[in-house]
Amino acid sequence: MNLQINQNQINETHELHLTGEVDAYTAPKLKEVMLPLTEKDGSVVVVDLSGIDYMDSTGLGIFVGALKSSKANNSSLKLRGMTDRVKRIFEITGLTEVMDIESGVKGEAL
Amino acid sequence: MRTASDYIEMNVPAKPDYVGVVRLTISGLANRMGFAFDEIEDIKIAVSEAVTNVVNHAYADEDKGQVRIGCNIFDDRIEITVVDQGKSFDVDTISKNLGPVDGKSVDQLNEGGLGLFLIDTLMDKVEISSEAGVVVMMTKYLHRDEVEEHVDRISPAPSQ
Repeated sequence: MNLQINQNQINETHELHLTGEVDAYTAPKLKEVMLPLTEKDGSVVVVDLSGIDYMDSTGLGIFVGALKSSKANNSSLKLRGMTDRVKRIFEITGLTEVMDIESGVKGEAL
Repeated sequence: MRTASDYIEMNVPAKPDYVGVVRLTISGLANRMGFAFDEIEDIKIAVSEAVTNVVNHAYADEDKGQVRIGCNIFDDRIEITVVDQGKSFDVDTISKNLGPVDGKSVDQLNEGGLGLFLIDTLMDKVEISSEAGVVVMMTKYLHRDEVEEHVDRISPAPSQ
């Protein structure tokens, strides 16, 4: 029931690797880390979701907020490594249409 | 119509800290009943959404109440009721924001409002009433596609 956030920075690219669950309890932590990164002009925020095994609408809301912030601040937000479960809720809610999502799931050899 | 064989109730503080605890408990019940992995994940999200709605509402009001989660376990379905024992929030306002992102521009996106939409999509039947507090009742059927009449009732585990 926790969320671990590992952060890497190479020049303007900030990479966040998330592990665990994103829900009402852990989402504020994600917002606190991710939102300021999207507020820097020209920054590229790449979020790796391959370690996320649960996400609900509170988590989706954080990504919507980050996307809005990136549009407003001339930065960009990319999501990658979604598991099928996480991808499903992005699809159901229609967020796959507006988010920059890199296809291909890491670590899920079928 | 068959009657409920078992009833489980939880009463937890309306705080984000407990959403995961409720989710894990429901997950355990659904697993016990024989739901498939994806169905269990759907139920987990739906329950978390309902509890999170109560939690967010309680926070907005600075009125940190309790949230009650009741589960009726039938042979063929689980019925989960989430009751907000605080003041009612305006269901009509929330319902207006229901729906996927379809065709909206980024500016129009609402950071909340996807919760009830997800509950509605992931569960088989959802009823919401707001007469005294808000009650969200949701049902998920077990093995809907099977015509198996001889499914065992949940039998007590053999004594260890």
